[in-house]
Amino acid sequence: MSPAAARKIEARHRPMVEVRHLSKIYAGGVEALNAISVDFPEGQLTSLLGPSGCGKTTLLKIIAGLIPATSGEVMVDGRPVTGPGPERAFVFQDFALMPWANVLRNVAFGLELKGVAQSEREAVAEKHIASVGLGGFEHAFPHELSGGMRQRVGLARALAVNAKVLLMDEPFSAVDEQTRRKFQEDLLELIAREHKTFLFVTHSIEEAVYVSDRIVILSKRPSQVSAIVEPEIGRGRDPDQIRRDSAYLDTVETIWQSLKRYLD
Amino acid sequence: MTLIAETKAYAHRGSAWGDILRHPATLWLISAVIVAGAWEIAGRWPISPAFPPFSDTMSALAGLIADGTLGKALIITLKPLAIGLIASVVMGVGLGVLMGLNRFAEWLGSPIFVIAQSAPLAALIPILTFAYGIGLTAKILTVCIMAMPVIVLNSLNAVRHTPATLLDMGHSFLATRRQIIFKIILPAASPVIFAGLRLGCAAGFIGVILAELLITPTGIGDIITYNQSVAEYEKMYAAIFAIMALSVLLISLLEMIETALFHPEKRAQS
Amino acid sequence: MTIGNIRLPIMTSLIIWAILWEIVGRSGASFVIPPLSGIFARIVEIVPTPSFGEALWITGKAFVIGNVIAVLFGIPLGVLMGRSHIADRIFLPWVNLFLSAPLSALVPIIMVIFGAGQTTIIFTVVLFAIWIIVLDARAGVRSITPSLVEMALSFGATPWQAFSRIYVWAALPEILSGIRLGLIRAVKGVVIGQMLVSIIGFGRLFELYSSRFLMEHFWALLFVLFAFAFAINEALTWLERRFEYFASSRN
Ligand SMILES: Nc1ncnc2c1ncn2[C@@H]1O[C@H](COP(=O)(O)OP(=O)(O)OP(=O)(O)O)[C@@H](O)[C@H]1O
Ligand SMILES: [Mg+2]
Repeated sequence: MSPAAARKIEARHRPMVEVRHLSKIYAGGVEALNAISVDFPEGQLTSLLGPSGCGKTTLLKIIAGLIPATSGEVMVDGRPVTGPGPERAFVFQDFALMPWANVLRNVAFGLELKGVAQSEREAVAEKHIASVGLGGFEHAFPHELSGGMRQRVGLARALAVNAKVLLMDEPFSAVDEQTRRKFQEDLLELIAREHKTFLFVTHSIEEAVYVSDRIVILSKRPSQVSAIVEPEIGRGRDPDQIRRDSAYLDTVETIWQSLKRYLD
Repeated sequence: MTLIAETKAYAHRGSAWGDILRHPATLWLISAVIVAGAWEIAGRWPISPAFPPFSDTMSALAGLIADGTLGKALIITLKPLAIGLIASVVMGVGLGVLMGLNRFAEWLGSPIFVIAQSAPLAALIPILTFAYGIGLTAKILTVCIMAMPVIVLNSLNAVRHTPATLLDMGHSFLATRRQIIFKIILPAASPVIFAGLRLGCAAGFIGVILAELLITPTGIGDIITYNQSVAEYEKMYAAIFAIMALSVLLISLLEMIETALFHPEKRAQS
Repeated sequence: MTIGNIRLPIMTSLIIWAILWEIVGRSGASFVIPPLSGIFARIVEIVPTPSFGEALWITGKAFVIGNVIAVLFGIPLGVLMGRSHIADRIFLPWVNLFLSAPLSALVPIIMVIFGAGQTTIIFTVVLFAIWIIVLDARAGVRSITPSLVEMALSFGATPWQAFSRIYVWAALPEILSGIRLGLIRAVKGVVIGQMLVSIIGFGRLFELYSSRFLMEHFWALLFVLFAFAFAINEALTWLERRFEYFASSRN
């Protein structure tokens, strides 16, 4: 049995993040989410896929506690969300690195805010910098790094606070295609290694199918869940083999067919 | 277009001479020589009896430096400038940051500085003289009113324009309000705030010279006014040259500090 | 700023400052701060007088002539600098220098050369306004996509045509913003010039009022000037915004 399948079985029953009848109407009157309900199982990677402007970022930010919902509620690990919490960490699309701080300080920033002593937090940060493959760049500044490296810093920063839930808003959209594929491999490795729950927003159907245990497809704004797909592709094989696998290709095709009608 | 053709030919030339010619310092030197030469010719022609040649001005400058007049005058001039600038920086940054962080303070204070920035504040100098006499205080306040608006508005805008995603990042890691201000907003704002200080410094120079010309002639203003009245124009020009050079040097110094502190990417390029 | 659900427009706080001023003025704390109501009464009184009209006319003339000169010389120089590396290297240090140098120190020089009159004021206006116009025109030209120029040249445009039909139009947003900033500097320049010359225009009125301790008159004149400066700034900002579509659709 592949590790991914094992994960699936062990975690199938426990939702880590529960979204209940969540609605969001922005101040300008834009209705972004309309009574959306969806679960995100523990220890799995769930992708959010949907047409542009459908409210994926909005949903993720409400789960993160960065913006309030208009109605409905979000439970994380059984507790209602009222604001940001230590059990959730955000990975930003535009990295959100502090240009005046080096990689080490950026990665350790979450711990710095918690008041962890400098030597301790830097030890933790160094470990995670190494784990995302940036060893040796601890003292580089963001402007000296490529886009892909910057996103690794953002990822390391989220890992450093050891949150149970990682919220990732299009984390790979600002990096080139080759880096992106490398990232996807690294992400799968990370999921296998760390027992964390991942919420992953992406625009790429292929990427979603390749990395996800579950894919939540959202409809056009105001968003509702239009379908949930669980790609049954055996992992732990050669990536090129998977990408040519018929189950993989069929899933991509199914999702494309269901998303196509939102194009106009 | 001849210009384009010229530029291209120039860019494609690869000889050692080309490299030397292309160096910014060389061209800067050439243009400085051209300007000094034009000044010299215009002065010798002369275009006006009140326009001494470059060489006479420079020897007058050397004279003023040698007999200590210039040094003494500069110290007198720099005193209100330094006090005024320090006061403007402390109060200006404080007020600007406060207004950036607090909506009520912004509502109350920013209109005054917005108006002040586009207004010809030099016209307030006579009023300052009425209120505070012809002494140091009026001169310090002249520097303050000229320098403060740009410092305040830059600080306000810098704080207001902290990247939203950095703020989100701070919140998502549970930063307190204090931590958000001191660890995110202020570091993010500091380059623009510092640029405001540089602009404020330039405005302060304008202010102190006006004060010395309009309130009472002291320091550099005294050398200018006195030599103007006795028609010793080279000395007058020399004093003006000295104060302009000083301000340009100081402002370039601030610019260099700015680059070193806040723009490592620019420094890496050059 | 909001109170309850009502949003207070940004400039409304000036009312509070005005009330404060009136109170301080009435308390007689200082003779340099007369009550605001008195100042406004003076504005109504002096604006229609011939001496004010004459000062306004002289000042306005210097302001307009100076700015026209600054624009006529500033834009071509800026375009040249934007196009030619050599011109850029030669002129840029000077433009930057004059942009931040204390130009008030140069007014005495202009005064000894051109005498204490209108010419000096005009030159002061040019000196204050031109540098930012040059710099912004240069920035505008540099932001033009090369293909636009290549298009014109491929249709056989002459240098003059390229200047007048392509560069000026394509760089218009930056040029306009340079002119706006130049005009604001020019307002300061014209006032500084007149205060130093002190025998013409508003400078003469300032001198007259302050030598007779006519504080209300002095403030009235100041308010009128500040209002002018503010109105010019607002009007040009508005105009600039109308051309913004242009900048965003350019690239
Ligand atoms: N702060 C805001 N104020 C008003 N409307 C907003 C705000 N943020 C987002 N919206 C609107 O809400 C809708 C959903 O936005 P959201 O950013 O969540 O979409 P998204 O699915 O993340 O889009 P994309 O795929 O392009 O990133 C959009 O129509 C957007 O215009
Ligand atoms: Mg989004």
